[in-house]
Amino acid sequence: MQSKTILKAFEAAVGAENVFSDPADLATYAYDAAVLDKVMPSFAVRPTTSEALGQVVRLCNENRLPLTVRGAGTNLSGGTIPHPGGVVLVTNGLNRILEINTEDLFARVQPGVVTAKLAAAVEAKGLFYPPDPGSQAVSTLGGNVAENAGGLRGLKYGVTRDYVMGLDFFDVDGGLVKTGGRTVKCVSGYNLTGLMVASEGTLGVFNEIILKLIPPPAYRKSMMAVFREMRQASEAVAAIIANRVVPATLEFMDNFTIRAVESFSQAGLPLDAGALMLVECDGYPGQVEDDAAKVEKICKELGATSIRVARDDAERDKVWEARRAALSALAKVRPTTVLEDATVPRSKIPAMIQALENISRKYELTIGTFGHAGDGNLHPTILTDRRDAKEWERVEAAIEDIFEEALALGGTLSGEHGIGTAKSRFMEKETSRATILYSRRIKSALDPNSILNPGKIIGGTS
Amino acid sequence: MTRMKELSQLMKTLEDQLVVCMKCGMCQAVCPLFAETGREADVARGKLALLDGLMVQMFDDPEGVHQRLNKCLLCGSCAANCPSGVNVLEIFIKARAILAGFQGLSPAKKAIFRGMLAHPELFDRLGEWGAKFQKVFTKPANEVIGTSCARFMSPLIGERHFRPLAAVPFHKRISSLDTRPGASGLKVAFYVGCLADKIFPDLAQATVDVLTHHGVGIFMPENQACCGIPAVSGGDTDTFKRLVRRNIRLFQGGRYDCLVTACATCTSTIREVWPMMTASDQELHAGARRIAEKTFDISQFLVDRVGLKASADSNGDIPVTYHDPCHLKKSLKVWNEPRALINASRGYRLKEMPESDWCCGMGGSFNIQYYGISGRIGDRKRDNIRATGCRIVATGCPACMLQISDTLSRAGDAVQVKHPVELYAESLKTK
Repeated sequence: MQSKTILKAFEAAVGAENVFSDPADLATYAYDAAVLDKVMPSFAVRPTTSEALGQVVRLCNENRLPLTVRGAGTNLSGGTIPHPGGVVLVTNGLNRILEINTEDLFARVQPGVVTAKLAAAVEAKGLFYPPDPGSQAVSTLGGNVAENAGGLRGLKYGVTRDYVMGLDFFDVDGGLVKTGGRTVKCVSGYNLTGLMVASEGTLGVFNEIILKLIPPPAYRKSMMAVFREMRQASEAVAAIIANRVVPATLEFMDNFTIRAVESFSQAGLPLDAGALMLVECDGYPGQVEDDAAKVEKICKELGATSIRVARDDAERDKVWEARRAALSALAKVRPTTVLEDATVPRSKIPAMIQALENISRKYELTIGTFGHAGDGNLHPTILTDRRDAKEWERVEAAIEDIFEEALALGGTLSGEHGIGTAKSRFMEKETSRATILYSRRIKSALDPNSILNPGKIIGGTS
Repeated sequence: MTRMKELSQLMKTLEDQLVVCMKCGMCQAVCPLFAETGREADVARGKLALLDGLMVQMFDDPEGVHQRLNKCLLCGSCAANCPSGVNVLEIFIKARAILAGFQGLSPAKKAIFRGMLAHPELFDRLGEWGAKFQKVFTKPANEVIGTSCARFMSPLIGERHFRPLAAVPFHKRISSLDTRPGASGLKVAFYVGCLADKIFPDLAQATVDVLTHHGVGIFMPENQACCGIPAVSGGDTDTFKRLVRRNIRLFQGGRYDCLVTACATCTSTIREVWPMMTASDQELHAGARRIAEKTFDISQFLVDRVGLKASADSNGDIPVTYHDPCHLKKSLKVWNEPRALINASRGYRLKEMPESDWCCGMGGSFNIQYYGISGRIGDRKRDNIRATGCRIVATGCPACMLQISDTLSRAGDAVQVKHPVELYAESLKTK
């Protein structure tokens, strides 16, 4: 088909007002939140019905047009950057919460629903949707499922994967595939739900998602502990878990991050502290009090110089304000912010922190580290200026070293940001040649024309 | 040099500010326009990417970028919520100037900015004539709000319900003032602003009454010019500078502690845009800064300097809800003071609405160019006002007052739209 005719076909499917082909629109769908080069698509579409969504997928396949699905475009590994000349499918026109079922504890949503909006709607009905990725105020649930997004509550509540009960999605022919459902137990057929979670738009296009809901905790308690050295904080993390306490969140930040937050918000943080640890326990009041007391005792024994326990909601907000400010405080230090998420088994956090310090020194780079200490998911954040070509070379080398170290410690390239194009060439190192080939065979069987987000995760764009 | 290369060079002047955006996309959560359209080109991240695209010559469509850049309320919600602190408004206003210079101003904008705004006396005359003739084309729409609508089909008025031009503008009631400080020992310069002068003269009067009541001396020179925001946001920096120069000359003549306005937009323009957009002209910049530093919103002045306290009777019978003008809350971080002013008004009590700081959708020329979207954003505000059950909504900006009047009137709601200083002035009279 001629390009004009193709455009007409898409317009017929989604409505002319939902097809964008002006350069000044396309340039706004050429990037996501990853520090990578922009790529112009040939057009973008914004379907508003399931039917139109299915037709877009089929049309892309029939015309061999590479298709990249985009929610809020907050991806940190390039997963939503289109293929050159491809099509961007924006899902925010499919943003209805279809059902919140308080008897069977699930929600049914379209892929473009914003995470925080679902969380608020669920809370209003007295239930709880725990996954809370940092971008939840804008990120979409479709994107969360496609990336298996995590968040601050991963340690106790798990990640997005743990809440996906079922899906239906379009295959490349526009056929609607159904997997899982509304029941806790469901063993009909292959576990395609598992296959689709974290598939980054390479195997199908989500149409509807069924998410598990749980009752909210009745009570929570937050505290902040200050340590002279990072090593002590890491030991405290290990000791808390070893003492059979699983806090809802267990976060930390290093000295550089503490100083950045302090200069940005003057919250009264100790500038000489090696590490700041933030803990929240939740559950039944009695148990929360017991757990909090245990955490306090452990922190003191392991050398915490001060511990602040929040007595009410206002104090709780204060405790978490510092953590919430971490990324923005760091981002203000230099023009370019590279946010990594190499993850290690939590016992290896001290070793990983040491490795990061060495890397920062070796490449003369500023790295602030904060993150989810409880689940080993660190966010070493490199502060740089991409316009400085020499420094940027050192940044790329440092990122490679970070991956090497994380893998050497038995960890993973990415805890929650995804592989996309940013990390695809390291995949084989973490897994094996056979893993890549096996994955590519799945991909080519389900998507023979390689139109679904080609090049992401497992490479092989040619 | 090719044209696109030339434009790229111009955009490079914004490079250091553009690179601050880390493309995290958090602006999507707060942009009132994006909430309606879902289009990336409508949100700050998308617009910043377009300017970056012109800078690196990624594509060749300056007109497309210009249009998209102008499709923005300049409400600053994005900047107030930006994790990396991008100076969105400064970038957008400067880029509009660059693109208007590069592409040329539209004839309509040229006529309005250079033919009318730049000549305050002519602007005043036109306003007075307009007040006489408007009844020919319009008829009353809502008595409580005081709006009018088109008498017959009119492409200019469309579906609008608008507050008509006042029969007697404020400058015809009081042309100038120079009174001595009374009990407070303070003296202010009063910058009236176009909307308070021509549409809401009672608001200007209330401001004068309240200041006088508290023994504050007033310096109010005649023939004040527009603050320049319509011109500068339309990319016409020449007219803008001309207006700033004229106002500085007028206000340099008096001695006063602070300059106050009852218009959120004028206040934030004088405080922030005057110094920002005059930097290339040393003398003008120095004059702009001197005035900017002592410019305050009327409620802030009354609470911080006069020491206004909540009335003993702040749990009055009449509930009033309050809308935060973006230019007060997001630009100037002023939101407690107007609320304090309402609570200081005997007989009234504040009742918060949901999303009180969600933009009302006015955005000045945005309302004229994109009335449909502006109206939809306004409807969201109307629903939030309605949810309070209040019969009065107060807000600290005459531009918001226009928009909120329109949205309430179109829905047939009987809710009065007031400025907090009007409520306070009224409560002084009933004492």
